[in-house]
Amino acid sequence: MTEHTTIAVAMSGGVDSSTAAAILAHSGVSVVGLTLHLWDQTRLAGKHGIPDAPKAGRCCSLDDVHDARRVAEDLGIPYYVVNQEERFERDVVRPFVDEYLAGRTPIPCSLCNNHLKFDQLLKTARSIGAERIATGHYAVNEYDERRGRWILKRPKDLAKDQTYFLFGLTQEQLSRTLFPLGHMTKPEVREAARQHGLRLAEKPDSQEICFIPGGDYKQFLTAYLEEQGEPMPKTAGELVASNGEVIGRHEGISNFTVGQRKGLGVASPSPLYVLNIDPESHRVTVGADAELATRTLRARRLNWISIAELKAPMRVRAKIRHRHEPAWATLAPAGADECVATFDEPQRAVTPGQSAVFYDGDEVVGGGGIA
Amino acid sequence: MRRVYCDANATTPLAPEVLEAMRPYLMDEFGNASSIHFEGQRARKAVDRARETLAGFFHCREAEVVFNSGGTEGDNTAIFGLVRAGDHLITTAIEHSAVLRAAERVAERGAEVTFVAPRANGLINPEEVRRALRPTTRLISVMLANNETGVLEPVEEIGRIAAEAGAFFHIDAVQGAGKVEFDVRRFGCHLCSISAHKMHGPKGVGAIYVRRGTPLEPLIVGGSHERRQRAGTENVPGIVGLGKAVELAMESLADGSVERIERLRDQLEAGVLRIAGTGVNGAGAPRVANTTNIRFEQVEGEALVIALDLKGVAVSGGSACHSGSTEPSHVLMAMGLDKNAARASLRFSLLRTATEEDVEHVLRVVPEAVKHLRALAPV
Repeated sequence: MTEHTTIAVAMSGGVDSSTAAAILAHSGVSVVGLTLHLWDQTRLAGKHGIPDAPKAGRCCSLDDVHDARRVAEDLGIPYYVVNQEERFERDVVRPFVDEYLAGRTPIPCSLCNNHLKFDQLLKTARSIGAERIATGHYAVNEYDERRGRWILKRPKDLAKDQTYFLFGLTQEQLSRTLFPLGHMTKPEVREAARQHGLRLAEKPDSQEICFIPGGDYKQFLTAYLEEQGEPMPKTAGELVASNGEVIGRHEGISNFTVGQRKGLGVASPSPLYVLNIDPESHRVTVGADAELATRTLRARRLNWISIAELKAPMRVRAKIRHRHEPAWATLAPAGADECVATFDEPQRAVTPGQSAVFYDGDEVVGGGGIA
Repeated sequence: MRRVYCDANATTPLAPEVLEAMRPYLMDEFGNASSIHFEGQRARKAVDRARETLAGFFHCREAEVVFNSGGTEGDNTAIFGLVRAGDHLITTAIEHSAVLRAAERVAERGAEVTFVAPRANGLINPEEVRRALRPTTRLISVMLANNETGVLEPVEEIGRIAAEAGAFFHIDAVQGAGKVEFDVRRFGCHLCSISAHKMHGPKGVGAIYVRRGTPLEPLIVGGSHERRQRAGTENVPGIVGLGKAVELAMESLADGSVERIERLRDQLEAGVLRIAGTGVNGAGAPRVANTTNIRFEQVEGEALVIALDLKGVAVSGGSACHSGSTEPSHVLMAMGLDKNAARASLRFSLLRTATEEDVEHVLRVVPEAVKHLRALAPV
């Protein structure tokens, strides 16, 4: 086993990463399966309405480690579980909690990709003699000689496109990563899983945030802060209309996300939506759907992929949340590590804390966090 | 690829003699040892012979040997079988989880529990045990040899303290049995648990010595097997295997095998310690012959275990019963190591069949792997 041919595959116990492992193992390269154990699903179970028994299909549940191990056994590859709970809590869970408490709407998957799935996994892989890693993400990466850069592109199956969560990858990380599913559709992946005899070919996809079984982030915030012995910050405040008129009060800014309609606690003849959350005054502004539309967004903590840096305005399509159809915009530099995207058409619910990812055709130009 | 197995404290392979001894009882001699007929009687005879061997090993009466499913059952039986609400239990912070979790459970049920911390070298100070005594102290449970460090605890002194205090004394001897001279009379214990698979016997079988008159409540009830101390049809092939494994272990204590393993362990340890930034956990304390626990500064132990495995050397970071858990070794933490040092520690435990070539192979692989890890990523 030489260092140059060994590939470490991140295995979550799901269909995608299992199939990625199977494809590589059958291609004749030397493969090692790794599962990052990131979160103890029993840790907050039963507290504040969080479901007691971790549901199957959650990453880091024992069931999923079991599934991943069975796949590795069937493929005849070495397999290890690597415990990264401390780093996951520090780099993903804690920032997630802090973002919500500050009135923003974070994306833990992007943090996890940047810190755990790629940074930590590459470190672990290299320490065990694997210079490259592979994951089951739907994305394409390739080296472009002309530009001298690694390029991240949307996958064949646009419905499964995960590039929105991968914009933070560095050139070094992209150069050491394989996405074996990038040129396959999900049905093709399931078919490949069947052909490789994977017992979990029919396993349902997971959707929710892996460390929040049941998907209720408010329950999670309450239970987590209680476990940490920290009081829930007092962020109750005024609910105001867009004309500044106070129309009610709310229990705390972490209950809201921009564009939210339900649970505002005020009666109104026409539907009201959260327009803005002010973390300083704890004031939550609400208004009509039409008022959610904005023409510009500021992104910070940028990472560029297809370009080395943004020097001049650039035409892109910008995606502002996972299920958002990228919209035409002009990107312009705006100070240190920040840029401004001006949309051709106003976009609904630009949400602080989410990522803005910029595309040039199928290529990911780069992205950042929405300020 | 050459593989060298250095994780004997997790488990060992069956000795060929053990397999041969067990073989008839897996098929032809299939009787139920509690049956009246010839088939049953032949099985009974095999169980009785094994009991005789075990009695010789423990230095006790045959009636004081109770066969069970292994170390965890023995540890659980001792604690659940004696400690009631209102009783006080003294144990140590470095016990196996079979003792620790049982102790926590009796505490939840209203017992008081004291966990005595070890010295930095892993040794329990008997005086600390004495200081922990209360009028209500019902049981003291201390291990003979620690599974992670191999440190041999001063059970004889603790036995005397228990006797003076009128408390019962249980020894978890799973890691010590077969590796050191063994005599429950000398240990002064009322209960002593052992397991077959740590000494080249089969998995799923063990025994507990129960001194006559000890009011031990059975953990498993049902039929009248094992003098009503442990219900369930006798695991005849397993019991025969345990008997043979104990016999072989006693021979190895007499024929110089233990000294041979100790020399190999010392050779391995000295070789690994030539790597800069290493140290032995439990250094200076008496230890079983086959175990060394070494910390490698600036190394993530988990990664080193995997890297060594892929290069053909099987070791473990801490106990196999804890792999995948969040916390670094509770044993090393109790000895005062910080989290990083505990995580950077690996256990090498040699099989009785280890050879000089095995050690040389390990000493070729380990320094290189440590160097590679340190070059990549300072922790």
